[in-house]
Order: sequence, then structure tokens, then C-alpha cells
Amino acid sequence: MPSQTRTRERPRKRQKVAADATPDTDTALTTRPKNQQHLSAEAAELARHTSEARKQYGRGARVAVKSIKDKKQRGNLQRLEEKYKNAALRAKESEILLEHEAGFLEAESALERTYKVRQRDIKENVGVQTARKGFELRLERGPYRCDYSRNGRDLLLAGRKGHVACVLDWRSGEKSTELQLGETVRDVKWLNNDQRFAVAQKEHVFIYSNDGVELHQLRDHKEARYLEYLPYHFLLASVGNAGWLKYTDTSTGQNIFEASTHLGTPTAFGHNPWNAITHVGHQNGQVTLWSPNSTEPLIKIKAHRGPLRSMAVDREGRYMVSAGDDLTMKVWDIRMYKDLQTYHLPRPGASVAISDRNLVSVGWNTHTDIWRGLFDKNLAEQTRAKMPYMEWGGEGQIVENVRWCPLDDVLGIGHDKGFNSIIVPGAGEANFDALELNPYENRKQRQEAEVKALLDKLQPGTISLNPNFIGRLDLASHEQRMREKDLDAPKEKPGEKIKALEKRGGTGRTGKLRSYLRKKGKRNIVDADVVRAREVREAKKKRVLERVEKQRVEYGPALARFTGKGP
Amino acid sequence: MKIKALSRPTASIRASGADVARQPRNLDPALHPFEKAREYTRALNATKLERMFAAPFIGQLGRGHVDGVYSMAKDPNSLEHFASGSGDGVVKVWDLSSRDEIWQSQAHENIVGGMSWTRDRKLLTCASDKTVKLHDPYNTASNSPPLASWLGSNAFTSISLHRSQPSFAAASSQISIYDISRPSQEPSQTLSWPTSVDTINSVAFNQSETSLLATCGTDRSLVLYDLRTSSPLHRSIMTLSANALAWNPIEPFNLALASEDHNLYLFDSRNLSRALNVYRDHVAAVMSLDWSPTGQELVSASYDRSIRLWDRASGHSRDIYHTKRMQRVFSCAWTPDNAYILSGSDDGNVRLWRARASDRQGVKSARQRQKLEYDEKLKERYKHMPEIRRIARHRHIPKQVKKAGEIKSEELQALKRREENRRKHAGRDKPSRKPEREKMVLATEE
Repeated sequence: MPSQTRTRERPRKRQKVAADATPDTDTALTTRPKNQQHLSAEAAELARHTSEARKQYGRGARVAVKSIKDKKQRGNLQRLEEKYKNAALRAKESEILLEHEAGFLEAESALERTYKVRQRDIKENVGVQTARKGFELRLERGPYRCDYSRNGRDLLLAGRKGHVACVLDWRSGEKSTELQLGETVRDVKWLNNDQRFAVAQKEHVFIYSNDGVELHQLRDHKEARYLEYLPYHFLLASVGNAGWLKYTDTSTGQNIFEASTHLGTPTAFGHNPWNAITHVGHQNGQVTLWSPNSTEPLIKIKAHRGPLRSMAVDREGRYMVSAGDDLTMKVWDIRMYKDLQTYHLPRPGASVAISDRNLVSVGWNTHTDIWRGLFDKNLAEQTRAKMPYMEWGGEGQIVENVRWCPLDDVLGIGHDKGFNSIIVPGAGEANFDALELNPYENRKQRQEAEVKALLDKLQPGTISLNPNFIGRLDLASHEQRMREKDLDAPKEKPGEKIKALEKRGGTGRTGKLRSYLRKKGKRNIVDADVVRAREVREAKKKRVLERVEKQRVEYGPALARFTGKGP
Repeated sequence: MKIKALSRPTASIRASGADVARQPRNLDPALHPFEKAREYTRALNATKLERMFAAPFIGQLGRGHVDGVYSMAKDPNSLEHFASGSGDGVVKVWDLSSRDEIWQSQAHENIVGGMSWTRDRKLLTCASDKTVKLHDPYNTASNSPPLASWLGSNAFTSISLHRSQPSFAAASSQISIYDISRPSQEPSQTLSWPTSVDTINSVAFNQSETSLLATCGTDRSLVLYDLRTSSPLHRSIMTLSANALAWNPIEPFNLALASEDHNLYLFDSRNLSRALNVYRDHVAAVMSLDWSPTGQELVSASYDRSIRLWDRASGHSRDIYHTKRMQRVFSCAWTPDNAYILSGSDDGNVRLWRARASDRQGVKSARQRQKLEYDEKLKERYKHMPEIRRIARHRHIPKQVKKAGEIKSEELQALKRREENRRKHAGRDKPSRKPEREKMVLATEE
């Protein structure tokens, strides 16, 4: 009888554990109590699914609800945590709605190498529409720089000698505008959408509409060398030949910030899309991180031995790849400001870019290498990539600038002989979010998105290293405030402490006054308290001496040895 | 070598045959940078929009009264009809949708103290001319004589209808219960606290425990009576007298009190020695109050020429309504559809307000409704952020009210300081501190 009950007991217990872990499977468990092995596997699967969903779609660590004493708050937070968990699960479940799969290039045997695949091979193996994305433009006023609009639909080319070409919907190539500016053009940048772009010309920065009409002249941006655009803040940042970093709000036209880097002509410029911090590369191999709220750089990284040539940050703001004149390319973790890996290049890397799916392209001399797996956010320890994923070039054109086309498997390479668009399978994000960036948006959608974006415009004052600081408790300044508050608290009256110490302990080595003086004396500050303590101590010593003297006389010469030594 | 490059068929952008562009989503956090900052910006904008659209005053009804409006009664069977009584004895019935009067009568010769609609949609009015009259506004012409009248011995100040029986309670210096079905001039029952002779300001039947009756009077008392034993149950003496009381429609054991000491008090009728909540913001006596039909909110009318709206659970008002021309407000009501507020003031106007200042009436598209709901949630989520809280709390208030508020807070601080000083020097037997929620109850008697 007892053995029977025990066998009954055990499964019930196990059931309960499983039910605790996954409340959703609770009913299924009670209806099918037979197959224990199967059930626990199912529960484990569900727990794994939940933790995976949390990892991918959760927002940080959970609140330890159980340790909260306040009943009401505990209830509220428990409900909130449940909501967050459900949101993560729902997001995970909605993955089945993603309809596209990313591209890839896979070797079928151990001898095949993906870097040996040429563009010609790729074009033969993909559809006609896709094959048309790879093309070459021979242009004469190079070297060329290029920029894709945020949704990857439009292309902008700028030759150093004053040729600017704006290609709207470059995949169809139907409408393009060309400008011959007749002066040096150093950089170009699309603004928020395909309507406007900025050009860094010889003297000033100009803003043109997409049909080539000059809209604004930004005189403050003197001799700008590089341009960056922060889309969520509507800020156009430039860094000029003299090393001045300037920010202009493109929605209001106000210059909101300028600061000198004090490090001469910059050699590279980029921004972290996750927190809108701009990165400036310098002649001395430093990378400085700037926000428009501080005239000093937030961070200085000594990245390379020689001058820095180029750098890029991944879309989640975790890793930076930099290339310098010291023939190296380094991968950085910019949360810890630590370099993870160093790769050697045959020539200095002229331009680095990171794609949506973390492919890194680096252009050096006449070549462009594309690397895969230089970093992976899911790995605790980063591994070293053995060989590049793809290679391009070697045909005599010096690479000036590489840019990935957002949301597509295309890399744009600007060089001294024109521009090349190459197909790189697996580079682009396959499933775009149409409410964020829509490469197929129509006119109405574009207009609506522009209004929405303006309404959601973030204030430049909120740019900081941690983009999610809003709504968090500011513990640091709270501590600071508390410290200041303590200073304001009514002070002890001078002498009060000494009075208290006076009563405790003797005058010897263990006396409280002595230890107080010893501690105070170290700081070499003499204040009223210390003076008073010394006085008291001396007086105490004197009193003891007097007492001993008196006893000596009283005891007489035979017993004088029993009076004690005094202090 | 296996090669596949990204290509998206046109059908994924727009389903064939449809002219609506598809908008695929991807919830990967990597595609949505600055989500918190953007959400905060949206919450900030939503708060600003709410304040921009805040226009609580809709208009006045008809041409109002000639004298001040001292009483109001909502018709429980209708969303759009209600009655108001004025200081010159005129009673008017209003239609809210046309904002005009539909019936009026010179019902009394003196201040109309209280009104109540009966179950068969007739109107009971009582006044200082010692009469209670029964009118039929929906079936008779204006200025037609009353269907019935009762003559009392003292001026009547308030009236309340029994939930289920055809009887009502009218308050003067005592409570007289009259039977509507019997045309007798004599009250069927009279109730009073044995030692009290002062005027009773307000009387209200409980709607759930139907024979329970609460009154408040000028002798600073809050008394509960039971009709079944025809005797008083309980009395609390307050620091100052209350002007009006109202039972919560959803929590029927709770009642709110509009006090002469500028505050409103929420009491549990089972424990009258301690208030559940104290609502303090008015700077003059509170003359009238009403619950929202949800029982979650309160409206109060004050002698400081303003109306305030309160959340049941918080101690300060969520909004203040006022106009340049509105004088002392003596009566207020929350309409049964929870969307509007009515106020009657000394200047004779009956005013119509929105219950939520930034709400707009009319049909809204599903998209608009969704947006408003989203904004509501955002505001709730970020309400503690300093900027948002500042904007959400900002109100333009009349100079006199602001000044009076400042003076009042200074005076209260002085009182508090004095009390603390007294405690400091009281020696060994220090008086214990009394909670704010118990301070106004001086004594309770069973």
C-alpha cells in the first residue's frame, strides 16, 4: 500500500514543477499524465522557447519581483513582467509572418572558397531582376563617393571634381539628376528621405532638392570634409578641414552645436546608429566620440598607431571596425572600448562599412574585401575570421569609398574611375519594417512618414552613450544630491565630539583621544577640534602626573614603586 | 557553390489585384533604434496635445435663470433631460441636445432648495416657502399648476426620493417622510436627532440599502437614519458643517461630503470616525457635489467661483473649470452618460462642460480612436517624467483663486508650525498627532 502511494506521489510532484515553469502547458499536463518523459521534454522546449524569445525580443533583465516587500507594488510589477514576457513571446511567434529569407553564399565542398566567387558567377545564378543590381559606371570626375538613402532606394554619387549625380530609384534607373558644380566636392549625404541631400563643397555645405535645385547654403559648415546625418534627430553633422565639428538641425535650420576637436584635419567620420554619437578619426590614430551636448569628446580611443583612415559602427551600436595607415583593421567592442581582433591588410584600408547583417566591407588600394563573422553579438568570446567572405577589384581602380545599400544585398563602391555596384549575397536585412523604413513606399506613404518622423523628432539634448536612459532613475545624481544634502545638514558644534571622546579611554596608547589625533594628524589639517583635542590630552596627562606625584609623597620612599608610571 | 541573393517579388509589396500597399512588420529590436526616446517624445506630444485641446466649456443652456441656480436634478430615465431650480422659485426643465429649456414654471415663491424626479418621470420640488410640489413637465404646458403639493411647518432645504417605495424625504429642521401615493398633508414619518434643532442642509437616501438615509446639517453633524426603526443610527460632529452629501452609485456604502471648510470628504458609512479620503484644493466653501455614474470621479462646486473634478482615489483635483463670468457655484451635476458636467451658479446661468476637457464628441474613425487610446496609455506610462508632469498639471486659474490658495497654504503651514512648536514644548505628555483623515471628526455618537 505505501509503495503504491509513493509511486503516485512522485509524478504529481514532477507535474507541479513543470506547471510552475510553464503555466501555459498546465492543462495539457493534467490531461495526459502518462508519458512523463514526453511531457517534460515538451515543458523544457517551452522554457527554451520563452528564454529565446526573451533574449531576442526582451528589453533587459527582469525585475526580481519576489524580493519586493510592498504588496501593491509587487502586484503591479508582477503584472508588468507578465506583460513583457507575453510581448516577447508574441514577437517571437510573429516571426512566422516574416516572408523573405536572407541571401547566402555557401561552399558545397571543403575545397571551394566563397571568396573566389566572381560577380559574373553570381549574376549567372540569380534572377534577372537581381542581376541588374550589379553594374558599373565609368565616370571621369573621380574619385567618387557614394551614399544610399535610408531605405536604400536612391543613390547619390559625388566626384571630387564637382560632379554630383542623384539617381532616384536606382534599381530602375529611371530618373536621375546631374549637377556640375565646378568646385571641389568632398562628401554627399542624403537627408531624411529622397527629397533632399547635402553636399560638402569647397567652401560651404549646400542642401539640394532631388531635382538639383539649391535650397540652402550652410555657411557655418566651413570647408566640411565629411558629412553625417542623424535621421531621428534631424541633425546634419559635419567635420571640417580645420577640425571643427558642427551640427545643424535640418528641420529648423538652427546651428545647435560646434566644437573644435583640437586634433587637426580629421581623417574619418561616422556615427553610431544606435545612440547617435558621432565618431571622428584623427591624424594621431585616435577616435573621439562626440555628442552635441559636450564641447569635450565623451570618449577618446587610441585606435591605431598611424593616422586613422576609416571607421564604421554596426546598427546595434555594439561593434566598431576601424582601419588605419598602420596596415591594420581592428574590431572594437564600443561598449567596453576594447579591441577584440586585429587583421592585417596589404595596404591601408581606405574605407570601411558594416551591412545590416554585419558583413564588413573594407576597401584598400584597388581591392575591396568583404568579411563575415568579424563579430557576433551572441558569442561571449569573439572568434577570428580566417579568410574574407568575398573579394572584388584588382583592376586598377583605387577605391575611395564603400557603402552598403540598406535592406538589399548590394555594395556600392566609389573609386577613381567611377562607381561599381556589386551583389553580395547575405548582406541586407531581408524583412524590412514598413513603418520604419520602406524601400517600396509610395508618395503618400513617404509624406506621411515624414510628418510622423517630424512629430517623433528627438531633441539633441537627449543624445547620450546610453540611448535608453529616458525613464530610468538617475541614481548617480541622486547620490550626488544626497551627498550635498549631507553637507547642508547642521554640523556638530565644535568641541562636542572632543568632549565625548574625553570621557572614553585613558591617556595611554589605547586612548580614544590619541587615536583621534593620530587619524586627524595624517591629514595635516589643524582645526579647532584638533587644537582642543591636544589641549584636553595635555591637561589629562598633567592631571595624571600630578596624581602620581601626590601618591609618591603619600606612600613614602618604600612604597613609591607602587604608584604607577604615569602617562 | 550555393548562391542566393535577396529578391522580393512584387506580390509581397502589393497583393495582386489589390490597390492597397502592404506594410510588412519586423519586430526585431535592431530595426527600431531609440524606441524609448521616441516613445517618450510621443508621450510628451500627446500630453501637449491634450492641453492644447483642453476646452472644457461648451456653452450655457438657453437664457438661464433670472436668479441664481441653487438646485439641480437629473432625470434618471433620460440622458438628456434635467431640471434646475432658481432663487426666485422658478423651476426649468432643460433638453441637453438642443441646449434649450422645454418646460418652466413659477413653482415656488422662494429659493428652490431641492428637486427630485420620481420613477414615473414627474418632478418633486421643495422650497423655502414651506411647500413641496409635484409637477409633470413632460405632459403639461409651462406654468401649469402642480399635480400635488404638501405644506410643511418649516422651510424645506432638500429632498430625496426613496429607491423603491413611492415616498420621499424632505429636510427642514427635521426629516419628514411623505407618501406620494396618499394625498395626505401630514408626513407619514418624522425623523430627527433628539437634541438637535438646527436646519438640515442635505438629505439623501441610500440606493442600495434603501431605508438608510443620510443627512448633514448646520449643527455640523452627519447623521444616519433608518426608516425601518424610524430612529437615528449614528451621528458624527465635524469641525465645520457640510453643505451637501452624495452616495457613491457604485460603492453604495460610501458617501462624499461637501464641507464648509473647503474640503470634500469621502466616508465609509460603516465607520464615520475616519474619512477614507480628503479632497483638498478648493479655497472656499464647497456648495455642492456629484458622483460620476462610474463612481470613480467626483465633481464639486464651490463658493470660490470654480468647479473641480476629482479622482476618487487621489487627494487633489484633476481639473478646475472656471469662466470669467461664472459667479459662486451652488449646484453641479455629472450627466448620466459620463461625458458632461452641469453647473448652476449665482449669476443665473446653467453651464454645460465636458467631463474630460480635451475630449471631442462626434464619430471617430477606428484609426483616430486607436491613436487616442495609444496616447492615453503613453501618458499613463510616462506621467512621472518631470516635463510631462509639469505640462499635464499646468492650469490657468483665476487670480483670486491662486492668491487665496497661496494665503491658505501659508496659513495652514503656520497652524502646523504652531502645533509642532506646542508639541515640542509640551513636556512629557505630548499630545499625539492626529491623522488628517480623522482631524475633522470631533465626536461620534451612536
